[in-house]
Amino acid sequence: MSQQTSLYQKHLDSGAKMVDFAGWDMPINYGSQIEEHNLVRNQAGIFDVSHMTVVDVSGDGAEAFLRYLLANDIAKLDEVGRALYSGMLNETGGVVDDLIVYRMSFGYRVVVNCATRDKDLAWIRTHAADFDVSIEEQPQLSILAVHGPEAIDKVSSILTSDRAARSKELKNFRGFESGSWFIARTGYTGEKGLELILPSEEAPETWDKLLAVGVKPVGLGARDTLRLEAGMNLYGHDMDETTSPIAANMKQTIAWQPEDREFIGRQAVTAHLAENEACTMPILTGLVLEQRGVLREGQKVLCENGEGVITSGSFSPTLKHSIALARIPVDSGACQVDIRGTLTSVRIVKPNFVRFGKKVFE
Amino acid sequence: MSTYPDNLKYAATHEWVRLEGDGTATVGISNHAQDALGDIVFVELPEVGATIHAKDEVAVVESVKAASDVYSPISGEIIATNATLADAPETVNAVPYDGGWFYKIQISDELELDELMDADAYSDHCEEG
Repeated sequence: MSQQTSLYQKHLDSGAKMVDFAGWDMPINYGSQIEEHNLVRNQAGIFDVSHMTVVDVSGDGAEAFLRYLLANDIAKLDEVGRALYSGMLNETGGVVDDLIVYRMSFGYRVVVNCATRDKDLAWIRTHAADFDVSIEEQPQLSILAVHGPEAIDKVSSILTSDRAARSKELKNFRGFESGSWFIARTGYTGEKGLELILPSEEAPETWDKLLAVGVKPVGLGARDTLRLEAGMNLYGHDMDETTSPIAANMKQTIAWQPEDREFIGRQAVTAHLAENEACTMPILTGLVLEQRGVLREGQKVLCENGEGVITSGSFSPTLKHSIALARIPVDSGACQVDIRGTLTSVRIVKPNFVRFGKKVFE
Repeated sequence: MSTYPDNLKYAATHEWVRLEGDGTATVGISNHAQDALGDIVFVELPEVGATIHAKDEVAVVESVKAASDVYSPISGEIIATNATLADAPETVNAVPYDGGWFYKIQISDELELDELMDADAYSDHCEEG
């Protein structure tokens, strides 16, 4: 029996096509994925991402624990409300998951992927045993993500005046607690917007209010093309437990300083960094195909100095041609992708295609 | 738009055929097929003049989700293809039985039409999944 979020009926009411996503019934689209994608780039769209797993970490040892658990350093979170993206690595430097951690009044709130929930919780609890921390999953919370150039204004228009004022003032990667709600300027689309983490019983009413002010529902299909255009990794596709973060465009998310901070996987990724500097470790980069055809996950990339693979690929609705993330040898010159038996030349670009509705690569 | 128009014949692989009464037929993909594929972004059509056999891979549809082969329901010579689809592939999503047609074919073997389904049989075929 698959799980349903608090907004299941709302999705059906909006004409969603529902699919199974890691054991959850989730909306893939409400008619047209491309129209939903464009809505987020041009106006404002709302995603139900309540299937994601919220874990609160509190206790005297919370900071020390997360500094050990995560490759990025939560000591950077110098104020309540600040957010940080990090990989959670294993001892061999593979990525157990990627996540967002917020500093909260009670400690820290970590949001991890839905498909990795069980192994993440087991991993976190195993390593928490040596620390004075309390690990509590928060399944009673829902998450609404509202993104697009009009998103912050639209959300503010349905909030209490206090929450509205504070939401408008938020800087990127910051949030605030208000009663049982947490509102943050974080997201997965490359557009401005807010994520609302709120009690599930308040989610349907909030959804209705946002639809009433013209925010349109957006499914997981468009969420994938939006994040791909923004060059953001998708766990299980662009990296996993066998991939070094160095080979997944996550080098900048590893906090190397201070040098005496021990974190899980540090020794392994330090060796990976040396391989990266010696150009013997592949990199995750962007590919662009400006002619017809669509790059897809799993397609082979043939380069002058070796072979690589596409880890995420699709049609970019904003650019109107195909884009992809691919793991290929460093300093690959000309590359060709095997698209259904036809070798097709592609261009290598930085893995960041669209920000705030505009093309960003050359 | 009817989901399964009565005046068409259908293949198990979700193509439709409309007989034009002059020995030619028009071919496209069904509403069920376009719905399953999602937003269509490219359509690769056969060459006019090509001779094809029933069940040949004759076209490719690329949607945001996946690439999918289209199989010709019948044999014959391609006499026209739908130029609209080069610039507006989404026409297949919007009007799969009308402006979203793929190609016109000079039928070489009328007996093959007997192997295709009518609207009722095709409707049952889709509902069986």
